[in-house]
This record gives sequence, C-alpha cells and structure tokens, in this order.
Amino acid sequence: MSILIDKNTKVITQGITGATGAFHAKGALDYGTQMVGGVTPGKGGQTIDFDLENGTKVTLPIFNTVKEAVAATGATASVIYVAPPFAADSIMEAVDAELDLVICITEGIPVLDMVKVKRYMEGKKTRLIGPNCPGVITPGEIKIGIMPGYIHKKGHVGVVSRSGTLTYEAVHQLTTRGIGQSSAVGIGGDPVKGSEFIDILNLFNEDPDTYAVIMIGEIGGTAEEEAAEWIKANMKKPVVGFIGGATAPPGKRMGHAGAIISGGKGTAAEKIAKLEECGIRVAPTPSDMGATLVGVLEERGLLEKCKG
Amino acid sequence: MNIHEYQGKAVLRQYGVTVPNGKVAFTVDEAVKAAEELGTPVVVVKAQIHAGGRGKAGGVKVAKGLAEVKQYAEQILGKVLVTHQTGPEGKEVKRLLIEEGCDIKKEYYIGLVVDRGTGRVVLMGSEEGGTEIEEVAAHSPEKIIKEVIDPAVGLQTFQARRLAYAINIPNELINKAIKFMLSLYAAFVDKDCSIAEINPLVVTGSGDIIALDAKLNFDSNALFRHKDIVELRDLDEEDEKEIQASKFDLSYIALDGNIGCMVNGAGLAMATMDIIKYYGGEPANFLDVGGGATKEKVTEAFKIILSDANVKGIFVNIFGGIMKCDIIAEGVVAAARELGLDKPLVVRLEGTNVQLGKEILNGSGLNIVAADSMSDGAQKIVSLVK
Repeated sequence: MSILIDKNTKVITQGITGATGAFHAKGALDYGTQMVGGVTPGKGGQTIDFDLENGTKVTLPIFNTVKEAVAATGATASVIYVAPPFAADSIMEAVDAELDLVICITEGIPVLDMVKVKRYMEGKKTRLIGPNCPGVITPGEIKIGIMPGYIHKKGHVGVVSRSGTLTYEAVHQLTTRGIGQSSAVGIGGDPVKGSEFIDILNLFNEDPDTYAVIMIGEIGGTAEEEAAEWIKANMKKPVVGFIGGATAPPGKRMGHAGAIISGGKGTAAEKIAKLEECGIRVAPTPSDMGATLVGVLEERGLLEKCKG
Repeated sequence: MNIHEYQGKAVLRQYGVTVPNGKVAFTVDEAVKAAEELGTPVVVVKAQIHAGGRGKAGGVKVAKGLAEVKQYAEQILGKVLVTHQTGPEGKEVKRLLIEEGCDIKKEYYIGLVVDRGTGRVVLMGSEEGGTEIEEVAAHSPEKIIKEVIDPAVGLQTFQARRLAYAINIPNELINKAIKFMLSLYAAFVDKDCSIAEINPLVVTGSGDIIALDAKLNFDSNALFRHKDIVELRDLDEEDEKEIQASKFDLSYIALDGNIGCMVNGAGLAMATMDIIKYYGGEPANFLDVGGGATKEKVTEAFKIILSDANVKGIFVNIFGGIMKCDIIAEGVVAAARELGLDKPLVVRLEGTNVQLGKEILNGSGLNIVAADSMSDGAQKIVSLVK
C-alpha cells in the first residue's frame, strides 16, 4: 500500500511539450509510471515520442484541454510543469476536470493566484499537492515529479517535506540504512499551497503499510506547530522531525517564498520546541534524520519490520 | 520587493488612498525647494531607507520654516541610520521625503497580509497605532482586529465597517475609514502586494483619515506583470552580491560568517548553514544554485562567494537529483582554475553521476577535500578555517 498514488494510477502531464515537462514525463515513464497523455493547448491531436532507457519507445497523445485528455485516457491524476504566469489557470482546469489528484511542480506562482486557486477548490473533489514541490513517489510503483527515482526503496516509512532536496537527503539516509519508503511527498515551499503537513500525516496514519513517518519542516509560518499538535492528538505511528533554518536571519526570504521569519514568528527554535513538547524526536542536524528515525524504530521494536 | 515610503504613497494615491502631499529630494537644495512648493507652515523631513524604526534613529524631523528644513536635510542626508531593522552596519540615507505637516488627533494601525493559515488576504486593524504591530500582537493580541477576505468577492463594506467600529474610529469618520480600507485593498490586489502596512493611519484635527506612513512589499513572483513596480527598485538598498546573483538566477543571501556555501535546493542550503553552525562555524551566505545549474552558473556562484572578503573557506554540498554531480564538479574545477582558488574547499557530492563527479575532482590536481556526508563536510570545513 501507499498513499495518494500507486502502480494503477493513470497520469497526464500538463505542459508536456515544454522542455521540463517532456524531460520529466520521460523520467516518470522510465520509472514505470502509467503516463497516458499530455496537455498543451494548440497541439491537440499531435503525439509526442519518448525513447526510454530500457530501449522501448512510447508515443503519447496530446490534447488541447484537460477535459479531453481525461475523457480519452481515463487519467485520475495530473502533474503540472506549466510556466508560473499560467500555472494557476492550469491547476483550476485540472480541478474542473474532476481529477482526484493534481501535483503542481511549478515554482514562482504569484501568491494571490494561489489564494484564488484555493478558493476555487473549495467543495471540489480534487486534492492538490504543491506548488513549488518535487512531487510524489511510491517507490517501486510510480513516480510523479522531479525527484531522482533510484535513491528510493520500497518499504514502510512515509516522508513528508516542505523542501525537495531535504526530502532526497532523508530518503537517501533511509535507503542506505536498508529502510524503504511507503511514499514520499513534497508539499512545497510556498506560503499558500494545496496540502499541508496534517493532510499528508492523516493519509500516512490511515495507510496500513506505513509504520513511521519523517516530517521535514522549515522556518516560516506555523504549519509545523499545528502538525505537532495534530500528531500528539491523533497519530498512531511514530514521527520524527527536522526543521531547517535555525541560522536564518529574520526578514530574509531563504529561497522558498514560504521560508521567511516575519514579525518574530516562525523561527526554527519555536518549531523544534513545539515538536519536542508533542513527543516528536527532532534530528539535531540534517545528517541525523535517518539515524534519529532508526533510534525511534529500535525503541518501538519496529526496526526489523521496517527493514523487511 | 520593497520600495520607499514616498513611492508607496504615490502608488496608493492612484487608488484613492489619502496620503499627505509630499516630494522626494536627493539633495539639500531639492529639499528646501520642495518645502517651498508645499508652502505649509510645518513640513516633515523623512529619511527614505528600506527599514522601519527611522523615527527613533533620528531619521524623521518636524521643521518649522525653510531654515529648519535646510538644517535637518543637511543632518539626515548622508547619515547612516541604525535601526532595529537595518542591522548594526546601518543604512546610508540618500533620499528624503519632504511632506506637509499634519495635525494628528489619534493614530491607528491598518495592514493587509497574505495569511498562510487561511490561504487568504487578511485585513488587520488596531487602535494602538504608531508602535510596532508585533509588540501589540505579543502583549495585547486582543487589540488586533482581523477580517478574512474572500477572494471571490474581495473586501466587503460591512467588513471594513465592522473593523472601523471595532478599533473605535470616530462615528462621523466611519465612512471615510471604509473608503480608505477598500482603496487600500484594491491597491493590494491590483499590484500583487504581499504586505501593505499603514502605521500610523491618522485621524486629523480637520476630520480626515490619512496614511501617515506606508510600507508596501510586493510579491517578487508577480513582478512579471508589474513593470511599473519593477522600475521602483532601488539597487542602493540591496546587497551588491545579491544583485549580481539575481542576474544569474542564483538565490543568494549575504550573512556575517566566514564559510562560503554553495548548495542545490533552498531547504538543503538552509540546512547546510545550520549544520556549519552546529559544528561551531559561521556561514558566510545562503546560496541555492537551483535544480538546473550549468557549469557557467556554478562558476558565477563561486565568483560571488569569493567576492566576499570575509570568506576563509568554501563548502560545496550537492545532492544531485536532476542536477548531475559531474556538471557540478566541472563547474567547481573550472571556477577554481579561473579564480586561482587559495582557500580551503570541501566538496560533498551525492546522487546522480556521483562517481563521475568524484573522478573529475580527484583528477583535477586541485587541493579539494572530499567529504562523505553533510556532517563530515561541515566538520572538515569548520576545522580548516579555524
């Protein structure tokens, strides 16, 4: 089992003919993802070819609209690589086409566009992951996004993170210790986004194949604090954490639009204190995420199960 | 992106937000001329820097008559103001706002921000104007009134009215306050602001509602659709290395330490700073080369790091996903050769094509210290710069 996506999920790529979209559509196909088509307005009716690493050739249909793509392919998920000025519109188009899941990789969407998107999504069935995120992977089954697939290993630890590269770092530390992942989800580095930590933690909590979770947060906002309270009240599985940005100066945006300490709020120290108060062990350095989890798994008698 | 107070007021005026009359001055002569043209008995001489706390630092003076305007302009122009927002090095004043004086009866606070929790724009108001809103929030949060705005319909009159009553705007001025808030919201949304703060908003003796100060911050992701705002950028207010980095699409922030960092990914870059500090070192910068860095970009990143005179050593920490380790290694070697690197360099490579990357570094003949992990690399660079 896994969360959000598995080997049966059919996916379309919005922005499939762009350099980034085409590159990562191929990466997904190489990993075994059921990528079934793409959307690029104006190129409907054409096709796009991919020469995969295993020597096979895949030809995917291109559509003008998401609605047509869904009707023709039966896709239930979409991944978006559309440029920032047009990405909010692409998300809403995917929501309107009633997809179950939309993953928006695009970085740099204006925040007020995302405010509108969130309002538009109220009462609709679609779940949005991102924007400004690496995507979602269920190792050994399906990869939707820009993460390097080969560092992952199928298993039982869930990973949820606001940062792409720190997700890779955590996954790598797990895999090299023989611990696989059920799913790894990057929720993205923007202040207004589709899914928060709690949404994903809830899914991991309900997933019988996830035995423990790593949650990777960073400075800015209060999502980690809210997640910590939620974990204390609801989570049946051990969670370990890491918070990036302990040394970040206030008022400076550390790369991610969401990673900024403003008005004295959102510091790493506050977040770490809250996590620990709620019984979540926090890795002292980003190099210790894997080791910290191993320690907790050992104490709970879960280590062998997670290595299996 | 930040702009100056006088620029912010000009933007707000376009939307019908009432602001005092004023003019920008770059010299003492211009300041006196501006005061003459305003013709009011009292004018305020205000230092224009991108930081709050100017009043307390002596950057705002009330002048009665042109002689005082001249005297204050001479005092403030060229002065380095140190406020709680500038850091200890302060900021040199290069522009003044010469503004008509104003008969202040009472000060309030009005602000608009994008709230992460609700994913919406929130209007905030307080009767405790003039002081730092953070202090009010910390000591008496009940004095900050909030209205969450539905983006489908925008700020509604009843919300502005409710807030105006809640912060005790005088009865006869409620409608003026509502118009003020609706105009401010229109400017906020139309110009893609991330923060709009009016502190203080004042009620004057003659019964007007005026923005005495204006702090606007714009969403840098939305600047592509606001050419007029981009023109307001003042490069004097930004770090030279940060400007250079932005030209090459590198995300760079200067810090006070002596260990230069080059990392891919914002989260990993922040975490790299943290781990250096954890092992007793001080990072000189935050630098994210991004996911699709080329050899040229890596070289530029190196140049920017080395242009910081405080840098005593460099730590390169790369987790190659889309970014291939051999590309990074080539960039590092090219930069080190071109710039004649004479400082310790520790490189930690992991991920795609890592073996190839390591071979390039080893075969370069350069004095590069290889690290097996983030913590190994951090410990090595910290000990090398001591």
